[in-house]
Amino acid sequence: MLSYIDKIKEISRRLLKESKVDMVIGFRKGTVVMMNEPCFVKTVADVDKLVWDSNCGINLANYLANRTEKIGIVAKGCDSRNIVTHIIENKIKRDQVVIIGVPCKGMIDRHNIEAMAEAEIQEVIETDDTIQVKGAGFEKTLDKKEVLQENCAICVHRNPVIYDELVADEVKEQTDVDRYEDVRHIEALSPEEKWDFFEDLLSTCIRCYGCRNACPLCYCPTCFVDESRPQWVGKSQDSTDIRTFHFLRAYHCAGRCTDCGACERACPMGIKVRLFTKKLEKDCLELFDWEAGLTLEKRPPLDTYRPDDPDEFIR
Amino acid sequence: MGIEPGRLQFSWISSAESTKFVEVVNEITTVIKALGPHENFVKREASIA
Ligand code: SF4
Ligand code: SF4
Repeated sequence: MLSYIDKIKEISRRLLKESKVDMVIGFRKGTVVMMNEPCFVKTVADVDKLVWDSNCGINLANYLANRTEKIGIVAKGCDSRNIVTHIIENKIKRDQVVIIGVPCKGMIDRHNIEAMAEAEIQEVIETDDTIQVKGAGFEKTLDKKEVLQENCAICVHRNPVIYDELVADEVKEQTDVDRYEDVRHIEALSPEEKWDFFEDLLSTCIRCYGCRNACPLCYCPTCFVDESRPQWVGKSQDSTDIRTFHFLRAYHCAGRCTDCGACERACPMGIKVRLFTKKLEKDCLELFDWEAGLTLEKRPPLDTYRPDDPDEFIR
Repeated sequence: MGIEPGRLQFSWISSAESTKFVEVVNEITTVIKALGPHENFVKREASIA
């Protein structure tokens, strides 16, 4: 996957030189380890800033909403699905974007790796299948497969579903993964146990809204949590307010979430916020045979009515 | 999220179906009264020790 960068740069250079796009959105090296940053490249000279490795977990579709320029965008499987969602939701036009598709082999889980390290990690060196981390007085080599982000480990759409150029041959899709083991576990709990489970899950949330900000779906001009007239949800650290925020955030993503993992990756507290959206994703798959962002041809389940709706009350 | 079954219900009632509305409201109130007050999802004033 590391070798993709030459092709990414070559395509970006060409697109900019031929004025096919006004900018290319890709990644540059971050100021802290394992955190590559989004990067808007507007000139051919800047193309060399672009990087590609296993720390490109941010979802770049987040930077497309309501843009008016012509944009080249580097897109992994999940990013491409969020681009499809943006197009369906009229946040960007298909002919405005040149999608530079990246067949993805998974991003690494910074929370997990940090937890494994004895001290602050100062350097991370990767090869195609190993991750070497170094810090004061320690050095470790990890198997990349073992430290993938959870959503990457269970991903079944690694190849971009929509693209104009592909930087390499498609990778093999995973088929033998169990995507919903954790959700089934929660579903099986009693109401009291569920209550306690979520109380515990959210107990460290500081309401920084990092999870919301990282998500490409959260593009409302004023988010319901920021609105003060009317104030839909209390702004305090009270657990009812925190819970309201999380459940509503998840519901706003119902039928749209691609499980890209950007929210979970962004959380400074390491809260597994995908557990909320994954339940809705599972329901959409089981009830409506729907996976978000796979096609421009179909309308998402929440803006269509079907006479065979699985729920009795609406039929 | 840990709400007891029955406490949250959905119905589809047209503005012309006033009798259905009354029926549904009565039915739901009975179910919920039987469940008693919900203790969890309540925001309490901060208590000072
Ligand atoms: S809710 Fe999280 S996993 Fe889903 S699309 Fe948004 S950032 Fe990605
Ligand atoms: S990023 Fe984490 S701490 Fe911040 S609001 Fe989201 S869940 Fe809470």
